[in-house]
Amino acid sequence: MSYSWPILSTITFLPLLGALLIGLLSGRDESAFRNARFIALWTTLITFTLSLILWRDFDPLTAQFQFVELRPWLGPISFHMGVDGISMPFVLLTALLMPLCILASWIAVTERVKEYMIAFLVLETLMLGVFTSLDLVLFYLFFEGGLIPMFFIIGIWGGPRRVYASFKFFLYTLAGSLLMLLAIMAIYWEAGTTDIPVLLTHGFPPEMQSWLWFAFLASFAVKLPMWPVHTWLPDAHVEAPTAGSVILAGILLKMGGYGFLRFSIPMFPLASAEFAPLIFALSVVAIIYTSLVALAQEDVKKLIAYSSVAHMGFVTIGVFTLTLQGLQGGIFLMLSHGIVSAALFLCVGVIYDRMHTREIAAFGGLADRMPLYAFCFMVFTLANVGLPGTTGFVGEFLSLAGAFRVNTWVAVLATTGIILSAAYTLWLYRRIIFGKLEKASLRHIADLTWREVAVLAPLVILTILFGLYPAPILDVSATSVETLIKSFNASLAAAEQAQLALVP
Amino acid sequence: MPHLANLEIALPELILACGAMALLMLGVFTRRPRGELILWLAVFVLVLAGLFVVSGFGTTTAFGDSFIVDPFARVLKLLTLLGAATALIMSVDYWREEGGLKFEFPILVLFAAAGMLMMISANDLIALYVGLELQSLSLYVLAAFKRDSARSAEAGLKYFVLGALSSGMLLYGASLIYGFTGSTNFAAIAAAVQPSGANLGLIFGLVFLLAGFAFKISAVPFHMWTPDVYEGAPTPVTAFFAAAPKLAAMALTVRVLITAFPAVTAEWRQIVVFLAIASMALGAFAAIGQTNIKRLMAYSSIGHMGYALIGLAASSAEGIAGVIIYLAIYLAMTLGTFACILAMRRDGRMVEDIEALSGLSTTNPAMAFLLAMLLFSLAGIPPLAGFFAKFYVFLAAIHADLYALAVIGVLLSVVAAYYYLRIVKIMYFDAPAERFEPMPATLAAVLGVSGIFVIVYCLYPAPLVALAGSAAKSLF
Repeated sequence: MSYSWPILSTITFLPLLGALLIGLLSGRDESAFRNARFIALWTTLITFTLSLILWRDFDPLTAQFQFVELRPWLGPISFHMGVDGISMPFVLLTALLMPLCILASWIAVTERVKEYMIAFLVLETLMLGVFTSLDLVLFYLFFEGGLIPMFFIIGIWGGPRRVYASFKFFLYTLAGSLLMLLAIMAIYWEAGTTDIPVLLTHGFPPEMQSWLWFAFLASFAVKLPMWPVHTWLPDAHVEAPTAGSVILAGILLKMGGYGFLRFSIPMFPLASAEFAPLIFALSVVAIIYTSLVALAQEDVKKLIAYSSVAHMGFVTIGVFTLTLQGLQGGIFLMLSHGIVSAALFLCVGVIYDRMHTREIAAFGGLADRMPLYAFCFMVFTLANVGLPGTTGFVGEFLSLAGAFRVNTWVAVLATTGIILSAAYTLWLYRRIIFGKLEKASLRHIADLTWREVAVLAPLVILTILFGLYPAPILDVSATSVETLIKSFNASLAAAEQAQLALVP
Repeated sequence: MPHLANLEIALPELILACGAMALLMLGVFTRRPRGELILWLAVFVLVLAGLFVVSGFGTTTAFGDSFIVDPFARVLKLLTLLGAATALIMSVDYWREEGGLKFEFPILVLFAAAGMLMMISANDLIALYVGLELQSLSLYVLAAFKRDSARSAEAGLKYFVLGALSSGMLLYGASLIYGFTGSTNFAAIAAAVQPSGANLGLIFGLVFLLAGFAFKISAVPFHMWTPDVYEGAPTPVTAFFAAAPKLAAMALTVRVLITAFPAVTAEWRQIVVFLAIASMALGAFAAIGQTNIKRLMAYSSIGHMGYALIGLAASSAEGIAGVIIYLAIYLAMTLGTFACILAMRRDGRMVEDIEALSGLSTTNPAMAFLLAMLLFSLAGIPPLAGFFAKFYVFLAAIHADLYALAVIGVLLSVVAAYYYLRIVKIMYFDAPAERFEPMPATLAAVLGVSGIFVIVYCLYPAPLVALAGSAAKSLF
């Protein structure tokens, strides 16, 4: 299905337009703030609606890029946009989470509201651009441009150690992605183009693939994040405002996984096959180590942050099994984690807004005063554990199913991570929600307001809906993933043939 | 009449020289001080020269092949004139506030600009030296222009002593090159240099010549003067130093190395790679501890020259195109940043402490936003213009297989990003300090244009790239 107007550009750049509108608002009084909030909310809602229209018209039966736009931009580098089954779910996820973020910051942010909304809208444009661009340079522009608004979001509206966290986030990610930039340049000289659809079928020389693969890994491993370059994440998560954590966990982390799917595997299949054990090793370490670290956390947000690193370990295992189940599981787990971890951060935001602390020890027995909250939190807790019937189960099950086919040890070790994740998540839930409501400060804590219900309800529904009926998401990506695996196996076979041909 | 035809080629230089002398007369023979009028007239002369630069086409030489005008020269002359004119315009309000604008200031800028244009067009070692000295002597005086300020006088003296030393080295190198090739003309030198066994004496000469150039572009290890001169000179003069002379000196270096010594590329490439790495490293690390923003910009400019040298090290048409793109974007960024520095006034005095910017985002959001974008652009973060500048030099370096240089360059740019971020942090994350005085319209215009340029450049980047590409081709 094609449109007479560029729908992808509209979706991508609409938030920027909203940001410009907010920038034109004058005054720093309450009415200007209210206008800024409403403009941001409407912009993100319209973007979300457009992305739903995109989903409706998306053809899941073809692996081709759809809604393609191609315009001259920078000589051989063109403004090329399009989506396929791999990028489509992420566009939806981004568009879904943004209005919730705006709503979640409705009263939590009282200072510099205009700048806050502008930063989020600019960030939305950059994130959507990452998933829709079909040119490596364009992709890089969006990928790294996102650092600027996120730097401000953490640094201005963050917690006590916000300056340290924002610098760490910025410099870590920058260092990783600059190596990818050099790899992009090498690709440009090797293939003569940076057009992604062309590069996907280019077939890079085997000796070059390893270098390029590692350069891309440097960027995606930091972004994802993988052990041992994950240390920026707990700091950034803890210090960022609630909505900032939601975006970090929900979308920014997924860019790394998306990068593996979009670039590393199809463009460098030989290197991916060769270094998959390395990824497995790092992922297993990440899962077990960060799960143990999560057990020892006193800060709710930090606990969820470490749990994110562990879950991303399942994603990388799934993706690098290079089986249909594993890849589908990886994608599904990323989406599931995008919803569940975002929701968990929103839940933390709810009690933080009331008590202004994130210490686990400061809470207890909230079930008495906040039954609705306790219910929502429980759904997300169980989804985080991977209980059947929630999205977390589908993703983890598929990833591990893929892992069992490839390497039993990896699967066994990774599965222990699920046990650990049950331990720290349920323990967290117990300490916050159950027990006696003894602390005086909690006596008058109020349950969810309608606004908070509006934020959490869609996520509760999606968590259970896609947990019971994951087909809509799996169908979207199935064809693209199958094609990816087919071309991956074909290039492995071709390389083997070439090897044999060398033997006299 | 072939001689007159020759003169036409050098029309922009003639306009600058004659215009400067005419304005000198005007200044001397009128009674009342007419500094500001002469300043605006000088801007007019620069614009006029720029129009004549643009009107030329093709490649022509004059004065017995010692003067060349090609697309490369035209692009860089235009940028240099733009930098000089903008620096002059930015100085108007500074002199109005501080007093002490003597009519010699714009005239010295004009003479310096004439020298820079000569440098860019030099096709002969003698023409090169004449242009270089005309520029340098004017700059020495400009650095010391506030003669009642000890710091300014110190800056001028320091610049002069070290500059004279570098001129000496340059001359020594030039004489060695003349001795071993038998010519001062670039084309003749290129013809005389054997690609096979490069003569040791010639290499010696080349090293001395490069030392002189490195001084002018303030590449490490010949950068010592830069921080002191930047800090001591009056701020509009510093803005001028950061913009125009750097461009002219870089253009000169590029032309000499590419057109006169293509046969010994492998030899001079090592030197350029070293200069680039040393400049990027020093620019990145030394800027971290600075508290004075003018000093910080000095180290930043050292670093940026290092990045521009990466394009030269690639020694290919795309590398030189990268240098041109880098210089053009650097010009916009540095002028915008200096517009902000010039606007840092409190209680009738300039403040140069970086901490003075704290909380600027609440006291002056527009200025803070544009400065933040300029700083992100200086750090090379996409989608701002500074990213494209770095992109093209690194692209050329990768093509030339200079992988180590490229990797070191990008990692040092992460270090450099730290101190730009520090300024952004002070403006956005820290508690507001006292307001600055309202920004004068001239500075606001320069800041607005350059700030918007770095933001929207990504929408339409192709023309500059195409222009730089065609300009670079004319050297090969």
